[in-house]
Amino acid sequence: MVRLLTHNLLACHARNCTSNNFPLELRDVSVALREADYSEDFLRGFIPRLEWPALVQAAKQLGEDSLPEEPLDPATATEEQLKALHHVLLEVHIEEGSMVCPGCQHVYPISNGIPNMLLAEHELARS
Amino acid sequence: MSRPELQAPPEIYYGDSVAKKYTTNTRVQRIQAEMTNRALELLALPPDGAPSLLLDIGCGSGLSGEILDELGHIWVGMDVAPSMLEIALEREVEGDLFLHDIGQGFGFRPGTFDGAISISVIQWLLNAETSSPLSAPPARLSRFFRTLHALLRNPSRAVLQFYPSSDDQIALVTSAARKAGFGGGVVVDFPNSKKARKVFLCLMVGEQSMPKGKDGVEGEIADEEAADARFEKRRQRLKERKGKKRNIKDRDWIIKKKEKYRTKGKEGVPRDSKYTGRKRKAAF
Repeated sequence: MVRLLTHNLLACHARNCTSNNFPLELRDVSVALREADYSEDFLRGFIPRLEWPALVQAAKQLGEDSLPEEPLDPATATEEQLKALHHVLLEVHIEEGSMVCPGCQHVYPISNGIPNMLLAEHELARS
Repeated sequence: MSRPELQAPPEIYYGDSVAKKYTTNTRVQRIQAEMTNRALELLALPPDGAPSLLLDIGCGSGLSGEILDELGHIWVGMDVAPSMLEIALEREVEGDLFLHDIGQGFGFRPGTFDGAISISVIQWLLNAETSSPLSAPPARLSRFFRTLHALLRNPSRAVLQFYPSSDDQIALVTSAARKAGFGGGVVVDFPNSKKARKVFLCLMVGEQSMPKGKDGVEGEIADEEAADARFEKRRQRLKERKGKKRNIKDRDWIIKKKEKYRTKGKEGVPRDSKYTGRKRKAAF
């Protein structure tokens, strides 16, 4: 149940992987659609926190090309645009596949909708 | 029984059968719900009621997530026990679930979450499972708090309820949180009750004022909320009574016992005298 909303927030957190660790590349994914409650306030508040190009790219990969290339403006976005954003962010669930870090090539497998984010001992960041 | 975190690592302790028991137990459900509601109260989200993006650390089978769903929040949950997550999937909670060990740190972009809650989890970070210094409790705590601090927005809060086994553990956890840059501290509800006492680590990003713990003394506690603290007085009294046990082996008891032996015809029963049943002088 990784939604694109969470995918857009995720970066690789293995040791020494601090640059070029976002966005995680989606591979061999299968998706499921599930309806979610629409909240305009949440979307308008959330737009500034999104990495827009990464979102558009991931959405295209999953076959959703309703998003414009340019980031929406939270103040002026129309309801239609927000509905499209809502669908992409919250209703598209990745069920199977994997996410791969573009920097260190670490593979985070997704099975049954749950990504496995566990790291091995040697990948733990030094604290 | 000893504390669960001393028995096995969480991913093993919460195996299939325990996970099922835990989730279907109505008492656990009620306590978890109470603590989640209290944690949300301490979280003090903006009052306009717009949905927020929350992180549920150690979401387990989604008992706390269900409450977040009801309030319309969007949440991301993580847990290290696959059996618990499986049950969460069966229960069809709305949030995104991750299999993740929180002691390894989070991999979220900075400044993305409106808040974080965690119910009965942090005590699991305080046990070392391997001898490697990277998985020692201080290292795990430090990674956890540093990445948590990074992923929260400014201003926002993280409310973490946990069961410390000693004051030292509270000190260890709070100092790790301070080092990561958090403000805030520990809020204790019902501090005088052994059973209802709940410790919330209330961490703040940015400058905020500290909430107060609920107090349950002098029987002022009004409603159900304080159900756990209700019989505290009585329990205290019973305990005191039990402590002062009367010494039953006094002079009368010894004389009665000797009489009994004599009537039974036992040999060598000492004579009764004025010294019977008297305490000896101290040796020095």
